[in-house]
Amino acid sequence: MVDFLVFVILPYLALVVAIGGTIWRYASNQFTFSSVSSQFLEGRKLFWGSVPWHYGIIAILIGHGIGIVFPSAIKAFNGVPVRLYILEGTGLALGLLVLAGLVFFLVRRGTDPRVRAVTSRMDLVLLIVLLLQVVTGVTIAILYRWGSAWFASTAAPYFWSLATLSPDLAYMTTLPLLVKIHAVNAFVLVGLFPFTRLVHMVAIPFAYLWRPYQVVMWQRRTQRQ
Amino acid sequence: MDVRAQLSTVFHLDKCIGCHTCSIACKNLWTSREGTEYMWWNNVETKPGTGYPTLWEDQEKYHGGWELKGKNLKPRVGRRLGILTSMFYNPYLPSMDDYYEPFTYRYDHLFNAAPGDDQPTARPVSMVSGQYMDIEAGPNWDDDMSGSSVYARNDINLNSLSDQEREWLFRIEQMVFFYVPRICNHCLNPGCLGVCPSGAIYKRGEDGIVLISQEKCRGWRFCVSGCPYKKAYYNWKTGKSEKCILCYPRVETGQAPGCFHSCAGRIRYIGVLLYDADRIEEVATAPEADLVAAQRSLILDPKDPAVIAAAKQNGITEEWIAAAQRSPIYRFVKEWELALPLHPEFRTLPMLFYVPPLSPMTASMKDGKYDLAAEFEDCVQASRAPVKYLASLFAAGNEATIRNVLGKLWAIRNYHRAITVGSNGSAPAEEILGKAGCTAEQARQIARLISIPRFEDRFVLPPYRREQAVQEVVEPLKHRGQTGFGLTAPPRRGP
Repeated sequence: MVDFLVFVILPYLALVVAIGGTIWRYASNQFTFSSVSSQFLEGRKLFWGSVPWHYGIIAILIGHGIGIVFPSAIKAFNGVPVRLYILEGTGLALGLLVLAGLVFFLVRRGTDPRVRAVTSRMDLVLLIVLLLQVVTGVTIAILYRWGSAWFASTAAPYFWSLATLSPDLAYMTTLPLLVKIHAVNAFVLVGLFPFTRLVHMVAIPFAYLWRPYQVVMWQRRTQRQ
Repeated sequence: MDVRAQLSTVFHLDKCIGCHTCSIACKNLWTSREGTEYMWWNNVETKPGTGYPTLWEDQEKYHGGWELKGKNLKPRVGRRLGILTSMFYNPYLPSMDDYYEPFTYRYDHLFNAAPGDDQPTARPVSMVSGQYMDIEAGPNWDDDMSGSSVYARNDINLNSLSDQEREWLFRIEQMVFFYVPRICNHCLNPGCLGVCPSGAIYKRGEDGIVLISQEKCRGWRFCVSGCPYKKAYYNWKTGKSEKCILCYPRVETGQAPGCFHSCAGRIRYIGVLLYDADRIEEVATAPEADLVAAQRSLILDPKDPAVIAAAKQNGITEEWIAAAQRSPIYRFVKEWELALPLHPEFRTLPMLFYVPPLSPMTASMKDGKYDLAAEFEDCVQASRAPVKYLASLFAAGNEATIRNVLGKLWAIRNYHRAITVGSNGSAPAEEILGKAGCTAEQARQIARLISIPRFEDRFVLPPYRREQAVQEVVEPLKHRGQTGFGLTAPPRRGP
């Protein structure tokens, strides 16, 4: 019953809340969409938190994504043991990098008086949820080795079953508790998305790459003839 | 020819008394909200000095403005991909300590302190964290060269001087300083705009005012780095950037901006310039020494029939063309060539121009009389502020530009002295005027506009048509939020 709640109801609920909530927030109060950076108030400690965190987490998320979308490719890649070791080692290193960044974030939030002045309760909640996620992830990488291999035959088909609207619990129920926590916490993070500063992820300005440097706007004619 | 109109401004530095009235007017109007306490959209700094934020002119430190790479301009802070990949940590972002930590005093303690042996004092507290703090900087910390051994000596413009000239400058009897009030330059090639990843910053087509949309800004903070004048500020409370808006709600209703209106020294002029937008890139990539002249060439004669026709074709109204024809800015910048842009070498084409200071002047005693009428050729030596220093500020190092302006100002002063208190007639003074490239008629006009301008001579504001004014097309409450004046919803940040 609990498994059904957290592995069938929760993921769909989280996704609906995330998408609906983000659209609602964007439509009703775009003003709140911001990176809400505190680099201006404190920069030195932020460097050691923000740079490892962001580059690490982007790589890890892409890794998870590839594992879910192309599980067979990962399996084929891991066919040669050396490749498996490299993949696992990289994953663990990235996990530790992200963990270090997160610890810097937490210490900075807790100790710097200026940063504390712009820290909301939700920021702390988010940091703790993220910490739980990273700690479980790193522990899994250490305790249950060759995750890139078993991920492809457990989590990947589970996510596919979710995506095809025919959720199959069997893949998840047999997994160790730590992995379950990692998965459930991930759904919680997705659900929290629109209510936290995470919304800055949907504001990444790729359009800047092909925009002309200068922008001129007219009250009445949007584009000059 | 793509004619556009720009609300443009001139500050006459000889008249600035450094009273900060402009700064206070601006502060009261726009930046008294939480998160903006440290911002001074208008600030007045003493030169030589390091300014606000400290050492803002040093682009080795802040990487603002544009640099010429081959024939193309590149934002000094980085190209598009470089900016996008350094968004997690902007390496060139000034920190609050480069400005100052805003403070207030614990006044309530004066009334509520428990009885004791000592007088209660009002200790300073940070307006960010609320904790007690030691005040170590302020927006005009080096006012009137206070702490000159630390601040004025580190003025980056002094690099153009030799060690000996520098020592000379800091001898107490040779000491010289003047004030430079600064607002947003509303540039033609804005550095802040070029590096804004969100596309939140835009230049208004009708009047050239550069604004940041508070809705679209995502707080990536690159405008703060990209503006070489450090006139885009990050609001640490809302997580959005803000900047001078040239008081457009006032300008649209025919009033001069707050800092202009309140200026006690009456140093400020505002009016319309017509310019050729097709040539912006060409001018912004001109060789450094030619930048001032190139920018001048961009400005079009509003009485030229061809310009008028092209302006009308571009939708510029009759009233605006008429205002451009009466513009004090056009006369100062183009006709008389007296006003110069601040640091043109940043290549943003700033549209705020400064008449460099002639005062204080050195003079000698001759036969027991104060001898002002030295040879014209020496007049530039009569300026106590070194020409090289002024050239570093206002002409990208081109000393000839400064010499021309100072020579003209000196000749005009000399001429006016001759016609008001002189006894030898004005003929010799007129001869000097001729050498300075100025006619007697022009000299009288310039003196008039400099010394006794009326309100309507200083502020020649064009009437905005209904379709040009933002207030008519944007919902008022929202519009207040976009100006940074108020917020449609309070920012949710902090405990």
